[in-house]
Amino acid sequence: MPIDVPIVKLTGASKHFSGTRALEGVDFLCRTGTIHGILGENGAGKSTLIKILSGVLQPDAGTVEVNGETVRFSNPTQAAAAGIVCIFQELSLVPDLSVADNISISAPPRKFGLIDRRAQHRRAEELLAQIKCEDVDPNSLVRELSLSRRQMVEIAKALGKDPKVLILDEATSALTSRDVETVYGLLADLKAQNVASLFISHRMQEIEKLCDTLSVFRNGQHIETFAKGAHSEGEIVKLMIGREVTAHYPPKPAPAEKPEYLKIDRLAWEGQLKGIDLCVGKGEIVGLGGLDGQGQKELLLGLFGVLRGLDGDIAINGQPCHPASPAQAKSAAMRIALVPEDRKTEGLMLAMSIADNLLAASYDRISDGPFINPDKARQAVAEGIAKLQIKVASPDDIVSTLSGGNQQKVVIAKWLMTDPDVILLNDPTRGIDVGTKQEIYKLIRQLADRGKTILLYSSDYAELIGCCDRVVVMYDGEIVSKLSGDAITEEAIVAASLNVGTQASTAAAGAHHG
Amino acid sequence: MKFSIPNLKTEDKPIVIASAFILVILAVGTAYTLSTQGSAPLLSPGYLLQQLQTGSFLGIVAAGMMVVILLGHIDLSVAWTMTAAAMMATTVGGEMAIPVGIAIGASVGLVNGFGVAYLRVPSMIFTLGVDSVLRGLMVAHTGGFAPQDAATPLMRTLAASKTLGIPNAIFVWLVISVIIAVMLKRTAFGREIYVTGNREVAAYLSGIRTRRVILGSFIVSGICAAMAGVMLAGYSARAYQGMGNAFLLPAIAAVVIGGTRILGGQGRYIGTLIGVILIVLLNSVLSIMQMPEAGRQVIYGSVIICMLLVYGRGNRVHS
Amino acid sequence: MADIRSALATNMRQNVAFYIAIAMLASLYLVYNLMHPRGFSAAVLIQNSNESVAIIFLAMAQTVPVLLGGLDLSVGAIMTLANCVASVVVNGSPGQIVLGMIITLATGTAFGFMNGLIVVYGRLQPIIATLATGAIAIGLALFIRPVPGGNVDGDISWALTNDLYEFVATYGLFDADAAWFKPIAWIPVPLLIVVVIAFGVWLPFKRTVTGRTIYAVGSAEGAAFMSGLPLNRAKIAAFTLAGFFAACGGLYLAIQTSSGNADITQAGAYTLNSIAAVVVGGTSLLGGVGGAIGSMVGALILRVISFYFRIVSIDPLLQPLIEGLVLLAAVSLGAFRTLQVKNRLNLFR
Repeated sequence: MPIDVPIVKLTGASKHFSGTRALEGVDFLCRTGTIHGILGENGAGKSTLIKILSGVLQPDAGTVEVNGETVRFSNPTQAAAAGIVCIFQELSLVPDLSVADNISISAPPRKFGLIDRRAQHRRAEELLAQIKCEDVDPNSLVRELSLSRRQMVEIAKALGKDPKVLILDEATSALTSRDVETVYGLLADLKAQNVASLFISHRMQEIEKLCDTLSVFRNGQHIETFAKGAHSEGEIVKLMIGREVTAHYPPKPAPAEKPEYLKIDRLAWEGQLKGIDLCVGKGEIVGLGGLDGQGQKELLLGLFGVLRGLDGDIAINGQPCHPASPAQAKSAAMRIALVPEDRKTEGLMLAMSIADNLLAASYDRISDGPFINPDKARQAVAEGIAKLQIKVASPDDIVSTLSGGNQQKVVIAKWLMTDPDVILLNDPTRGIDVGTKQEIYKLIRQLADRGKTILLYSSDYAELIGCCDRVVVMYDGEIVSKLSGDAITEEAIVAASLNVGTQASTAAAGAHHG
Repeated sequence: MKFSIPNLKTEDKPIVIASAFILVILAVGTAYTLSTQGSAPLLSPGYLLQQLQTGSFLGIVAAGMMVVILLGHIDLSVAWTMTAAAMMATTVGGEMAIPVGIAIGASVGLVNGFGVAYLRVPSMIFTLGVDSVLRGLMVAHTGGFAPQDAATPLMRTLAASKTLGIPNAIFVWLVISVIIAVMLKRTAFGREIYVTGNREVAAYLSGIRTRRVILGSFIVSGICAAMAGVMLAGYSARAYQGMGNAFLLPAIAAVVIGGTRILGGQGRYIGTLIGVILIVLLNSVLSIMQMPEAGRQVIYGSVIICMLLVYGRGNRVHS
Repeated sequence: MADIRSALATNMRQNVAFYIAIAMLASLYLVYNLMHPRGFSAAVLIQNSNESVAIIFLAMAQTVPVLLGGLDLSVGAIMTLANCVASVVVNGSPGQIVLGMIITLATGTAFGFMNGLIVVYGRLQPIIATLATGAIAIGLALFIRPVPGGNVDGDISWALTNDLYEFVATYGLFDADAAWFKPIAWIPVPLLIVVVIAFGVWLPFKRTVTGRTIYAVGSAEGAAFMSGLPLNRAKIAAFTLAGFFAACGGLYLAIQTSSGNADITQAGAYTLNSIAAVVVGGTSLLGGVGGAIGSMVGALILRVISFYFRIVSIDPLLQPLIEGLVLLAAVSLGAFRTLQVKNRLNLFR
């Protein structure tokens, strides 16, 4: 049965985003009738790969072949027409339309030119039945469904497009265990029908159980493709981590007891934080690890006064505090700063000048009464730019003209201007170049040395290892592992993130897995 | 000439284009009067000052409107805020007339700001409702008749008299302009308006109390509209029903023609000033030409569309 | 049976705002008739229908751009333009009258189409683009009718503003006194026109891919793009349809008043009231939720409230005040959801 022409073939595919490489010279192929697992750390290039395959992005270099023919998709519709259908992590459903509407959205059944609601309803029922979701009412609106149901609707929608290649990007992460089983069954059926499935998941057991072929990506490169069983779990983890030295981290001071500064007690919120206990010392850098979306972001937002209905206690320097807004959080009583997750939407006013962005959090410091003192403002801007060595032609340039790294420096400089005591960093080096990353690492260490209390969430495990005095790993709203000193290893973090094994060393030992 | 458009910042480009268009209007108008009457009233300072005097009411409304538009919101209640302030000012009369008028404007702004910032009702619809309520209150207050109270002498002086040959209304407009321009450029509140208008989430996460900023901006808009209403009552010697109706859309148009982004975050006060002058001059040239109302409306709409299309194309090239 | 019931329950749940509006309208109108000295009479119904048609059409017109997440500030002006066009062309022989009606509707539709082109290809914000094109429409209307007046065929005016009996009698279609006709002879023609247009144009349109795309754009433009929907076509169609509905309103106004009137103030008032009607009818100003039928109900609610002032001993001068308060109350109810948002970042989305 194996066909010689692979259904999908990438040759020398590269993709760069403002100076950082997301994908570099990737050769990759996928055959029909396989379930092909794709493994890699956060930022290894998996998402870029599937975005190129599914027509969301176009490669800067290289070619894509489908069934032996070179193609160039300029949008997802073209890819779907060629049989490549992707189930995205960020949902592509329209919340205010019904399930049936959504499933047939791009090519609804029609009668006399009008959408045939009955046929559409039937079609939705059939597709939902195929994935054992009879409980989903095709008439209900997508916005009424839980996240896991939405994900299943998304799968039904993809199935309705009759895919030859089905791409599942973390499609099971939000599902209940019963649905996960259904999806497994579905993938097996599709395999029998000679459909190729590309399966991206962080859950090692899942990939082990399901896939027949595995590909490992690392750092924008395709490392190896092999049949299941060719490598042990431990070897796969090693392949994912690699041994490359891409960044140099500033030396860590010898571990020492730091005076307790930020104390979090039984912090809980809306089922997404389930009783977090954490202490961060003055001058200490504590890393938050784990997969994306395990509550790390909510923890930082909660500390910064963004969340309503937060349970538990927060104390800073022994003083209980409950910031009700970022404005309170940055006030003299608390002195908290947050470098948010998405610098383009949450951190910056992209259309404004560098100076305006730098000053946005510290108008009270540069004002005399209600009036801004231009001298103080100019001086503050100059200091901020100098301190972080932001490469700017003029502070009056629009901030969006800067590179990603320099933009992030602007966000950090904005907060340093407020002279914070507690600094919360939400993945501050995501998508920026190695050089700037190193400067930021150095800066974080300097800040800690000057007695700042730092909580750093990073999706890059190497960063946690290189920068942090201690690392806590979160899984499903809880802290599942606390590591410090030499116990902070990539193996330990990966293992805890996947919630496999008990503590540290399981993944490192590797060879014996269940 | 200074038409080196490619080197201009996006913010300044509309201002230059609008200024150039003002010159075109003056040139066309003058050519018309020269050929028909053999005179050039458009170039006489006296005539221009008189035009600016009537334009000052629009200018004051537009100043407040701009502050709200900078936030990406809009204030549709200015028409009846003007009328309400004028009516209450003339009703109260005496020394308290102007303070009462302004207090009315501030309270309207407070209500608007509360609805938009705290209840998060879209400003478009909330201010519309407030406008309707104000109209109802004023109709009820006057019994539907033209109010008989006359404007106070101070109101008359401010709006209709001249100092050194220059109408006082222009001075008032100038003072308010300076206040608004300084506020936008030189105060923390002003900068917070821009930041919030650009991206409210980022402003909020920068620890800016965005709700207070929105509230404050609507109060500014309310006060400006009230001031314009009080002045207009002074100019006409009394307040009358619907006196603000003719100001809402031109005020929005002036702000937008002046280069302020309707979605908020960008715009300079000088642009709004030029936008007001452009509209006032366009109106006066059209009336010199004895253009019927029909032609005026068509030209008016076409000018707005064309100018925005020209600005827009520049932006696309820029990005 | 159980299926139908659950489908109905789902429908009720999804359209709470719509059904609340219907219930509100029903009770308001019931009480109105109870209080009216000649309540429940055909005459009252006909008069009320006549007075509601224009604002209903305008509300329907406004709905379509609002579903898209935009706003059309030119609907009142397009209505006025159509009104003036109709006052010139809707007369003469029956053939000429029909042609005149078609010309009127085509004018408004074409104007809406132009709005759509400007918004899509000129990339202007709908609110500001339609503010300007609204002025142009008013200008054109003034060219046609510098002063109010005009000439609309008297028969059609009589036939379309009364009950079905008069309609049949005017044109001698058949014996209007026929027994079978009796049970429906009382139905006011204006009501019928509105219902026919709403169910004959809007509901089918909603079921086209273009119509659905309008909802999808308003709800989540990114998802609509990812699903490969025709975004530009939908946006242009939305403004075109708005133009058509506005023209329907203008045409009816001309027939009702037998004249055309390029009244700027009236145009503005109609535009603003159309927005209010849309909101009261359960359509979200953020887009994606609601529909023209809801707006029709919303417009009727606003009209019925104003009818009350004729029969209740409230000072009619308080009318705008009460209308404004009703509007503010309606929109502020939605604020309770805002107060329950747990992650404040979601407030900004």
